[in-house]
Amino acid sequence: MFAELFSLFYQFADVFSFLILASAGLAIVFGMMGVINMAHGEFIMCGAYVTVGLVNLGLPLPLAQISAAIVAGLIGVIVERLVVRKFYRRPLDSLLATWGLSLIATQGTLLVVGSSIRGIGTPEGSFAVGAYTFSTYRLILFACALAVLLGLYILFMRTRFGVIARATMQNAGMAQALGARTGRIYAVSFGIGTGLAGLCGALFAPTMTLIPTMGATFIVESFVTVVVGGANVLLGTAPAAMFLALVRMTLNAGYGQIIGQIGMLFAVIVIIRILPEGFSSILIRRGR
Amino acid sequence: MLNLINGSQTIGNGRGFWVAFLVVLAMALAYPMFADSYDVGNFSYFLIWIFMALGLSLIWGYGGMLSFGQTFFFGIAGYSYGVLAIIMGGGTATLLALVLSVLMATLAAAVLGYFMIWGRIGGVFFGIVTLAATLSLAFFLGQTAGPEWQIRGARLNGFNGMKGMDPLTVGNIYIEGTLLYYVMVALILVVYLGLRMLVNSSIGNVIVAMREDPLRAEMLGYDVRKYQLLTFAVGSGLAGLSGALYTSWGQFITPSSIGLPAAAMPIVWVAFSGRSDLTATLVGSFLLLFGFQTITIYSQQAALVLMGALLLATVMVMPQGFVFGISQLVSAQWRRQARPNKPRVSDREARSQMSGSDNVAH
Repeated sequence: MFAELFSLFYQFADVFSFLILASAGLAIVFGMMGVINMAHGEFIMCGAYVTVGLVNLGLPLPLAQISAAIVAGLIGVIVERLVVRKFYRRPLDSLLATWGLSLIATQGTLLVVGSSIRGIGTPEGSFAVGAYTFSTYRLILFACALAVLLGLYILFMRTRFGVIARATMQNAGMAQALGARTGRIYAVSFGIGTGLAGLCGALFAPTMTLIPTMGATFIVESFVTVVVGGANVLLGTAPAAMFLALVRMTLNAGYGQIIGQIGMLFAVIVIIRILPEGFSSILIRRGR
Repeated sequence: MLNLINGSQTIGNGRGFWVAFLVVLAMALAYPMFADSYDVGNFSYFLIWIFMALGLSLIWGYGGMLSFGQTFFFGIAGYSYGVLAIIMGGGTATLLALVLSVLMATLAAAVLGYFMIWGRIGGVFFGIVTLAATLSLAFFLGQTAGPEWQIRGARLNGFNGMKGMDPLTVGNIYIEGTLLYYVMVALILVVYLGLRMLVNSSIGNVIVAMREDPLRAEMLGYDVRKYQLLTFAVGSGLAGLSGALYTSWGQFITPSSIGLPAAAMPIVWVAFSGRSDLTATLVGSFLLLFGFQTITIYSQQAALVLMGALLLATVMVMPQGFVFGISQLVSAQWRRQARPNKPRVSDREARSQMSGSDNVAH
């Protein structure tokens, strides 16, 4: 009995951590700047590739993962300066521009690095509960997802940067009039968003095969989580991830992976029908 | 109704345009006499995708809805054609399969469109949901390789691709080669002129109005949702026509025609050409397809990098589309040269002319 319950919890935690890690960065970028970053999957790919490259050079895995996240963040800052800066509050144009970037990035990586590189194995082995064995690393990922949520809460709610960032999100003109350097805030926020994407790729790198198009595996889930959640990261993305993980887990357990994927998409369409602004709209309204 | 071919929503309404149009049409009809059968078949291949591009131009350029779902309906119609052609046994039944598969794509568009449009999903989220649907379909079809994935004997075959269906056939004659080329040219003519008539009619005016300002259109009494659904269904049905013709042309279809990077291609063609006009889309898409194929011979990745770069350049430099923008510049230049040059008058002469006619002492 306990083993079955734990197994359900494990599956929920697996999907939940995937959704949170994949969509946190996207939610920050969208919530802050109204920019849809279609190259999000490519930053995830960048994080994964850099991690594997560093590990193959001899670095220990956690160090490689953190470095990969930082590298992705720095590339994000450069991209923001060169491309995204022109598209604030223009979600359709930013979507197209970043999609062009995404196409260039995937095919460019295919050209330069080739269609696959040698991956790294999943560390930490497994543990058993009752009749089932589970991979320990996935629970570590769950812990990382919770850590990311906690970190974002502390960053946005308890630091000076967080206050200024939230002010810029609410009313950029006013924040600028009060002395906040909005250009720098945007650059840093985009960097945080892409850094989180890189972290997602770095954390999932030991669990999947690395191909240049691996970003596509993440973007559907991350986009639907952001759409269902709405623009607010903490009040939107986290509950959305919980809801979608529940739906996915139930469908997976009952009917298998494919029905799980399609069912989640159905749930998204239904949710958007009922709540066009996502979860964050009702939660913000309740909170007032 | 025929006078609707010219109107305010399409560029190219004068005699010069239509003369050029007839010249191009004559060249297209005469082409098989000068080219070998491989090139003719290749041209038919380019023409297959034009329907999808025109459909997206209608949905996005005229309707203002960014849809990433063109390849979704392409895939639905393509696979439907394959399944129906195999089930119905081939032969002349393939024509019925073509019609039915396009109808299925249009029906699927109506259903998906209903949920999205009545749910007031607009702007970016419309694109995201259609993209999610497209990628999910590609993912779903990709793992149908096992023998249990079949409909009355027609195996879906996953990433190996579905094959074994007949091309379009009439009696004993397969419609391929030069015959297919002429059929394609005729279809494109019908669709292009039909779309021009639709877009220049009063329905088209409402569609453009709801692109410009949906709230204003609603305030004027039009149910914007119905017009959006109509636009989406027609445009996606055209993508379905591309899909069914593609499957018939190659007797083959795979999920890679549905997922990335195939889903990005219609967006690149239409954005680069100038989505707000049918003629610009037609010309630009054809040029891009031709260019893409020329580069793909050397490196498919390089060709796709170029497509991404073109999309980026279009959005950053000329958002209304390069073909459209350049044609506007050219026609403005043309008009400027057509105006007769007025003789330049110096300021003093102008003042004396004015005071002379006024009889006012100064």
